[in-house]
Amino acid sequence: MSSKNMFTSSVGKKLVMAFTGIFLVLFLVVHAGLNACIWANDNGLMFNKAAHFMGSFVIPRVLEIGLFVGIFLHIIQGYMLTLENKSKRAVGYAVSYSKGSKWYSRSMALLGTLLLMFLIMHIYHFWTPSRLGGIGAIQGLKTFELNGTEYHNLYAEMQAVFQSPFVVVLYVLACGSLGYHLAHGFQSAFKTIGIHNKRYHAIISTIGYGFAIIIPLAFAMMPISFYFNLIK
Amino acid sequence: MSHNTMNLKLKVWRQKNANTAGAFKTYEVNDISDEMSFLEMLDVLNEKLIVTGDEPIAFDHDCREGICGMCSLYIDGKPHGPWQANTTCQLHMRAFKDGDTITIEPWRSNAFPIVKDLTVDRGAFDRIIQAGGYVSVNTGNAVDGNSLPIEKDKADAAFAAAMCIGCGACVAACKNSSAMLFLSAKVSHLALLPQGDPERKSRVLNMVAQMDKEGFGSCTNTGACEAACPKEISIANIARLNKEYLRAGLTVE
Repeated sequence: MSSKNMFTSSVGKKLVMAFTGIFLVLFLVVHAGLNACIWANDNGLMFNKAAHFMGSFVIPRVLEIGLFVGIFLHIIQGYMLTLENKSKRAVGYAVSYSKGSKWYSRSMALLGTLLLMFLIMHIYHFWTPSRLGGIGAIQGLKTFELNGTEYHNLYAEMQAVFQSPFVVVLYVLACGSLGYHLAHGFQSAFKTIGIHNKRYHAIISTIGYGFAIIIPLAFAMMPISFYFNLIK
Repeated sequence: MSHNTMNLKLKVWRQKNANTAGAFKTYEVNDISDEMSFLEMLDVLNEKLIVTGDEPIAFDHDCREGICGMCSLYIDGKPHGPWQANTTCQLHMRAFKDGDTITIEPWRSNAFPIVKDLTVDRGAFDRIIQAGGYVSVNTGNAVDGNSLPIEKDKADAAFAAAMCIGCGACVAACKNSSAMLFLSAKVSHLALLPQGDPERKSRVLNMVAQMDKEGFGSCTNTGACEAACPKEISIANIARLNKEYLRAGLTVE
């Protein structure tokens, strides 16, 4: 008996997936809330101020490091678990059993891969120019000055990026993947950390499905709003 | 009740032993009564094979009452066949229609190596039980019934978990070949009762370690196991196992 391999056993690895997953869910709340400032119809002023706060204040910057560690762990562990689990059945079935489970619960790795591809594009669009602009050949963002402080104009960057219908479609599709990933992931994470009380599990499942619809919908509305000029 | 007979085509996995490759072989069975059990239908086929000098199909069975957990078979893409909450031995031929083609496969998991044809070695489950699925008791005279007070709800939940017959349908159904529904039923059954308390922490840690050693995959909460379980073991047991594991891992001496 030992708790040495607590986080490396099969159950332990799932705990890592669950804890990082819940952390990423919390990040989505912050990200969606902050981005919702674009709908203030003030030409992006509130949004740019909020983004400036996140980029200049120490606590969000530390959390940002945690976010990268969390995403990295979630991705690596997810792929390792998928490969490991696949290897446990050397000879497969001629007729597959698909009735007992939802397709998206069996396709978390595929949905996650789509999200990873999106994430690379997304980081390239916004994070890299904002954080690393000016280093080497990376072009920085446009800036503007307000009361003596220089602000990155991320709002203008969003406007520019979301002029391309191709990019808008990719972002909306990624939100679909996110929705299905969350539809399974949200409630699954809470099961993995041990919530088995019927009442709370029902509440968490309902919140999970709501979350899986509302958050991706809010994100999808952002490129759509820019593309169709729905905000001023 | 009317008696119907049917003619069927069976696609059966034939494999000599663990070291040789297997393949599907097609058989035709005629005049099968719809009141026969699935295993009786296979008995009829085997008698025919013996008469013609062919090797009969090996498959596991014992009580044929749905309580021992010995029968298996992955029938037309579902462990224990098309009916819900049912074992293969209690599956009756009225579940099929005249002219049907039925595909019969063994449980597929590296942790359940094929012994022959449709028979797999489920010894891995025994070794998981040996790793911690027991309680310490005083020997000597039997304890008086009801001398230990147990809440009714807990007794019911423990009994529902103890319904697990260890057939392995959960492993067969899981895309990850995970044994978590089986393990969680065994851990929950004892974790809910005062008799299981002394080994509570070591039990869950040791049984999870043994499960990993046997080569089962990990749980991704898809729910396929629960849907295939002949004894309707609830997936809530898996969440309870996770809680027991987290608690034990954080607090064991």
